[in-house]
Amino acid sequence: MARAKTFTGGIHPAYNKDRTASLAITRAQVPKVLVFPLSQHIGAPCQPLVSVGERVLRGQKIADSEARISAPIHSSVSGKVIAIELRPHPSGKDVMAIVVENDSLDELAAPIAGSKRIEQLSSAEIVNIVREAGIVGLGGAAFPTHFKLVPPPQAKIDMVILNGAECEPYLTCDHRIMVERPDDVVQGLRLLMKAVGVNKGYIGVEVNKPDAIDALNKACAAYTDVQVVPLQVKYPQGLELQLIKAVSGRELPSGKLPADVGVIVNNVGTAAAVAEAVLNGCPLIERVVTVTGSMVDKPQNLLVRLGTSFGDLLAECGLNGQPGKVIQGGPMMGMTQGNMSVPVTKGVSGILALSEAESAPLEAGPCIRCARCVDACPMLLQPIFLAQFAERGLLEQAEAYHILDCRECGCCSWVCPARRPLLQNIRLAKSAILAKKRR
Amino acid sequence: MALAPAATLAVFFFGMRALWLMLVSVGVAVGTEALIQKLTGRTISIRDYSAAVTGLLLAFNVPASLPLWIVAIGAIVAIGIGKQVFGGLGNNPFNPALVARAVLLASWPAQMTAWVAPFTFLTTATPLGALRLEGTKMAYSSLFLGAIPGSLGETSALALLVGGLYLLWRGIIDWRIPAGFIGTVAIFTTFFGGDPLFHVLAGGLLLGAFFMATDMVTSPVTKRGRLIMGIGCGLITSIIRLWGGYPEGVSYSILIMNALTPLIDRYTQPVRFGGATK
Repeated sequence: MARAKTFTGGIHPAYNKDRTASLAITRAQVPKVLVFPLSQHIGAPCQPLVSVGERVLRGQKIADSEARISAPIHSSVSGKVIAIELRPHPSGKDVMAIVVENDSLDELAAPIAGSKRIEQLSSAEIVNIVREAGIVGLGGAAFPTHFKLVPPPQAKIDMVILNGAECEPYLTCDHRIMVERPDDVVQGLRLLMKAVGVNKGYIGVEVNKPDAIDALNKACAAYTDVQVVPLQVKYPQGLELQLIKAVSGRELPSGKLPADVGVIVNNVGTAAAVAEAVLNGCPLIERVVTVTGSMVDKPQNLLVRLGTSFGDLLAECGLNGQPGKVIQGGPMMGMTQGNMSVPVTKGVSGILALSEAESAPLEAGPCIRCARCVDACPMLLQPIFLAQFAERGLLEQAEAYHILDCRECGCCSWVCPARRPLLQNIRLAKSAILAKKRR
Repeated sequence: MALAPAATLAVFFFGMRALWLMLVSVGVAVGTEALIQKLTGRTISIRDYSAAVTGLLLAFNVPASLPLWIVAIGAIVAIGIGKQVFGGLGNNPFNPALVARAVLLASWPAQMTAWVAPFTFLTTATPLGALRLEGTKMAYSSLFLGAIPGSLGETSALALLVGGLYLLWRGIIDWRIPAGFIGTVAIFTTFFGGDPLFHVLAGGLLLGAFFMATDMVTSPVTKRGRLIMGIGCGLITSIIRLWGGYPEGVSYSILIMNALTPLIDRYTQPVRFGGATK
């Protein structure tokens, strides 16, 4: 087996995955009311295709958009639309949403694709089904997948890479998908490869998931054009640039897209969803979410219907007391949530309930120029200076030191022995610089 | 803690005087820091031990015969001028203990160079001094174990190596600075006809390379930058030792490289991810 690959920099946080890494995916309870925000993806929000009072079926398209970068939204239950109004959203803002009352019948809408085999499908057909299924990046970014599959004509794509790194602590949803549904992942990869017309597919998996690597190896055995690439366990191995570097050796220049170096990257969950949609005709209406954290008695990897609220899931997993923080996603790059009625949207990979003690803010000491942040930054930037410039409002200098290349992974804040809020300061400066540019 | 072996041997070789010098230096350093922070309304941070370490390192840099009041003044200068005036921990451009040593050496040159031999306290030349004035070289074993004249902390190579290796093992210091520093001195002195092993073991080189040049606040942030600093210190130390006006060049070389650190930082910026393939 090839030596596990990696990139420069990075950190090794405590992973805390033991409570859920070996738990098989189980179906979450389906609530009475589900909320479908019209914006669950990068790109233009959708317009509703149904009206209040109308009955909808499970898998029926209920919202869509004419914009090129967008993805339709489907209902995950059958029932009645009881409202179309502003609702809290995991992004922190209130967003227009279609609210459906579940009639518990689970009546299915017509499938969105016939059951053809990969060989019978053309590239255009695959892309079309992916769009119709409303598939977006399930790793958290939620970028409409169909748009990624049609790169600009001048880009010469030669490989598809699947991201099975799952480098964030606590999260194990991708891990379980790889262990329990390796064939779906591999079929999804081959579909993506057919869609962009390449014959090389790689699945990058960190070596702390040997069961996933085994399962995927078996699933790939029948094919010569796909293989598993073991990766060193390091955060943030799952960040796109670092993944591409580790698997292909190619370094993505600043401001460019993976397609510019010949690569298309997708999450393993997204690949499995593509297989579900193209081969079984199912649109994206549910996803695996890891619900865990010290405040949860029964952590689980749940297969959740989109639209289920965080509160419902935390209750199902035995939330024990008032958490200090509830985070959507992972602890490094996830977003803290204030309202437990927010629904699970396409980009939600985890719900973490941390205790007060774990979430208490740390007191910052002075910077002693130890430069651990410089050593840890996977983008090879110098957080020590970026944060300093940010604190002093020296935005031009910050830009000259490439602050806009920061991927906000959080390695710097994590490693700082003086507990300085480096990432937070960098984020403030970045948004100030971008706001100025927009004017 | 890494300084403990050297401190213990200092007391062993130089007796109670050594202990008093260390206690006074540390005490006054910590007291000065607390006082200045109180007077300027800042939080008192002596619990981070940085002032204590500075005090101890200052004591390590002076002869055992130094009057206590001089080392006390040194401690006040180290903390007051070398550190707090710039804004406290993290903001000083120069190593505070070395700033103080330079001030003391300039103000009281006689007392600051009254080196005494261990146990007997007879005024004697240090190994480097002896080399320069009389051309005699002390035996390696003496240099290594440390029962030789010199400042409190610099005499025992063995004790310093133990401490230095401990710091490396714990990941507290970057190997590039001591390696660059010591390596350059060894190579340079060989090239110009000196004895590299002698030069590595004698004088304040080991103390400076492991404990003073490596101070993170006053050294570059990039790996390449640190290597450059180590080599720079080594070059300047060698030049001063071989041809300069002083028998020892370690403290000045470190202070000069401290001054160059911002420049080094500017010119050794890492190429950001993806920048090389623009």
